[in-house]
Amino acid sequence: MGRKLLLEKAHVPGIRSYDVYRREGGYRSVEKALKTMSPDQVTEEVKKSGLRGRGGAGFPAGMKWSFLAKPEGVPRYLVCNADESEPGTFKDRYLMEFIPHLLVEGLIVASYALGSNRTFIYIRGEYAWIVDILEQAIAEAKNNGWLGKNILGSGFDCEIYVQRGAGAYICGEETALIESLEGKRGNPRIKPPFPAVKGLWDCPTVVNNVETIAAVVPILNITGEEYAKIGVGKSTGTKLISACGNINKPGVFEIDMTISVEEFIYSEEYCGGIANGKRLKACIPGGSSVPILPANLLLKTAKGEARMMNYESLSDGGFATGTMMGSGGFIVLDEDQCVVRHTLTLARFYRHESCGQCSPCREGTGWMEKILKNIEYGKGKKSDIDLLWDIQRKIEGNTICPLGDAAAWPVAAAIRHFRDEFEWHVQYPNAAQNRNYGLAHYADPLPVAAAPKA
Amino acid sequence: MAQFSAEKLNKVNEIIARYPTGKQKSALIPVLHIAQEEFGGWLSAETMDYVASLLKIEPIEVYEVATFYSMYNLKPVGKYVFEVCQTGPCMLNGSDEIIEYIKNKLGIKVGETTADGLFTLKTVECLGACGYAPMMQLGKHYREHLTKEKIDAIITECERNAVTNN
Ligand SMILES: Cc1cc2nc3c(=O)[nH]c(=O)nc-3n(C[C@H](O)[C@H](O)[C@H](O)COP(=O)(O)O)c2cc1C
Ligand code: SF4
Ligand code: FES
Repeated sequence: MGRKLLLEKAHVPGIRSYDVYRREGGYRSVEKALKTMSPDQVTEEVKKSGLRGRGGAGFPAGMKWSFLAKPEGVPRYLVCNADESEPGTFKDRYLMEFIPHLLVEGLIVASYALGSNRTFIYIRGEYAWIVDILEQAIAEAKNNGWLGKNILGSGFDCEIYVQRGAGAYICGEETALIESLEGKRGNPRIKPPFPAVKGLWDCPTVVNNVETIAAVVPILNITGEEYAKIGVGKSTGTKLISACGNINKPGVFEIDMTISVEEFIYSEEYCGGIANGKRLKACIPGGSSVPILPANLLLKTAKGEARMMNYESLSDGGFATGTMMGSGGFIVLDEDQCVVRHTLTLARFYRHESCGQCSPCREGTGWMEKILKNIEYGKGKKSDIDLLWDIQRKIEGNTICPLGDAAAWPVAAAIRHFRDEFEWHVQYPNAAQNRNYGLAHYADPLPVAAAPKA
Repeated sequence: MAQFSAEKLNKVNEIIARYPTGKQKSALIPVLHIAQEEFGGWLSAETMDYVASLLKIEPIEVYEVATFYSMYNLKPVGKYVFEVCQTGPCMLNGSDEIIEYIKNKLGIKVGETTADGLFTLKTVECLGACGYAPMMQLGKHYREHLTKEKIDAIITECERNAVTNN
C-alpha cells in the first residue's frame, strides 16, 4: 500500500463538513503557518518539499512562488486552476468533491505565503455542483475564523472566491485563465511578461493547480523534508492519477511514484487489469496531450527497464520512445480499439478548443481533423499520412501558447508508433469500415509478470 | 424588457464586490450564467445588452464573450438539454452508440430540438468524467455510466417532470 497524503481522509463519513474535517486534524497547517512561520518560511518549506506543479507542466511550486514580484503597495493574487479540461483528467474534481476543505486549507496557507488577500478558484463551468460544495466549505471556514480579517490574530486578511468558467479548455492555460477571470475571451497572452510580474489586473499573480495547492497541507504538517523523502528523485510526494478507458476499475488513485506502470495497470489496488479479459494495446498516461505509447514501450523503456509511474521514468526516451506524466490522466486502450479513431476524437477536441489567435494552431488543428476523418472513414490516401506528419511539425513550437504543441503531439506519436495501422486504413478502406486493426504487434511481450488475476 | 429580480440583482452586486473597484467586468461570465438561467436557457441580444448595461460595459464586450464560451446558448434550446461527451475516453466506452441511440429514440439529429420543445441533443468535448464514461451533462448535474436503459429512464423522468412542473 502506497502512502496517502491527500486522499487518506477522503472517505471518512461526513469529511465534507467542517466539523468532521477539523476533528480529523484539519486546518492544523493554517495554525502552524500563521502562528509560527513567516510567509517566506512557508515558501521555503514548499521549496524543500520538491513539490512539482500538478497541472501538467511539473514546474517546481516553491520556485514559482519565490519568483512572484513584490512591488510596494501593489496587490498580489493567488489563483487556483480548477479548469480541469484535459481529456482523461478528473482528479481535481474528485478532490474538490470529496474533501473540499483540503483545498480551502491549502489555499489559506498558500495565500499567506504569497500575500494574496483576495484568492480565486477558477473552476470549469460544467462543474456547477462543485461550486456549491466549495462555497459551502469556504463559508464554514470563514465562520470558524480561518478566513476574513486578521486571521488567528496574525494580521493577515484573506477571502476566497469561486469563479465559474463557461466551457473552454483553453482557459486552463494560465494567461487565458487570467483573461477569462477579467471577463474576456480566453485568448492566451504573449509571454513575457509572465503572470508572476503582470497577471490578474496587471498585478503579480501565481496560478497553481488544485492538487498542487492541496499538497501544501501535508507538506506543512509533516515538513518539506519529510515530504521530499516520499517518491523518487525529483518526483517527490504523492500524485493523483485519474485512470480511465478499458480497465476494470476506473477512478482516481493516489500513488507515491515508486510503483511500476505494470503494477498500476494490473494490480487490484489500482486499475485491476484490462476490462473483459482483453489485452493491453496502448496507453496515454498523462492526459490527451502527451504521446501515446504501444504496450511494449509503455511497460518497459527502450533500454528494457521497467517503466515507473513517475516524471522521469515516463519521459525516459524522450518523444522517440517515451511520454510524459502530464496531468495524470491515464487513458488505456485495449486490443479492440482503433488508434486512428481515438486520435481523430482528440484532433477534433483540439480543433474545437483552439482559441484561433495563431494561424498554425487554428488552421492546422482543422486540417488534422479533416485528414484523420478521411483516413478513418476510408477516404484516405497514402500521402495523407505524410501530410499529417508535416502539419503537426509546422504547428509545434510556432504558436503563442502550448495548445498548439498539445494538439500536435498526440498525432505525431500516433503516427510514430502506429504507422502501419494508419497505412492499413488507407490500403483496405472497406475492411477498416468493418473491423479494427487489432492488437497487431503492439502487444505487451507476454507473459506479463503481474498478469491480471482471472 | 426582462429584468433580474431583486434577489438576482443582489447576487450580481455580491459578485461585483469580489473584485477591486473598477474591475466589475470580471463579473461578466458569472452574470451571463445567471442571465441564461433566468431568461429561458439562452442569451438573446436583448439579454446581452441588459447585462452590458448592468456591468457598465459595451454590448460588444458581452457578445465577444458569449460567442467564445461553449456553455452559452445563442439560440433557444429545449427544456432538457442532453450534452453527451464524445471525446476519446468516452468513445472507448461506447459514447458513439449512446449518441446514436438518443438520436433514434428522440428522432432528432445532434444540435436539434424535438418538436415539442422538450429535448435538445448536443455533443460536447470531455467534461472531466472520463472514468465514469459514457456520460452526459443534464442541467447542473452529470449522468454517468450511461446505458440504453438509463437513457430510457432519463427520458421518462424528464417527461414526467415536465408535466408536473407545468
Ligand atoms: C491548453 C492548456 C490547458 C491547460 N489546462 C490546465 C488545467 O485545466 N488545469 C491546470 O491546473 N493546468 C492547466 N494548464 C497548465 C497551466 O497553464 C499552468 O501551468 C498550471 O495551472 C500551473 O499550475 P501548477 O504549477 O500548480 O501545475 C494548461 C495549459 C495549457 C497550455
Ligand atoms: S496556440 Fe492555439 S490556443 Fe494557443 S494562442 Fe495560439 S491559437 Fe490560441
Ligand atoms: S472523455 Fe468524456 S468525460 Fe472525459
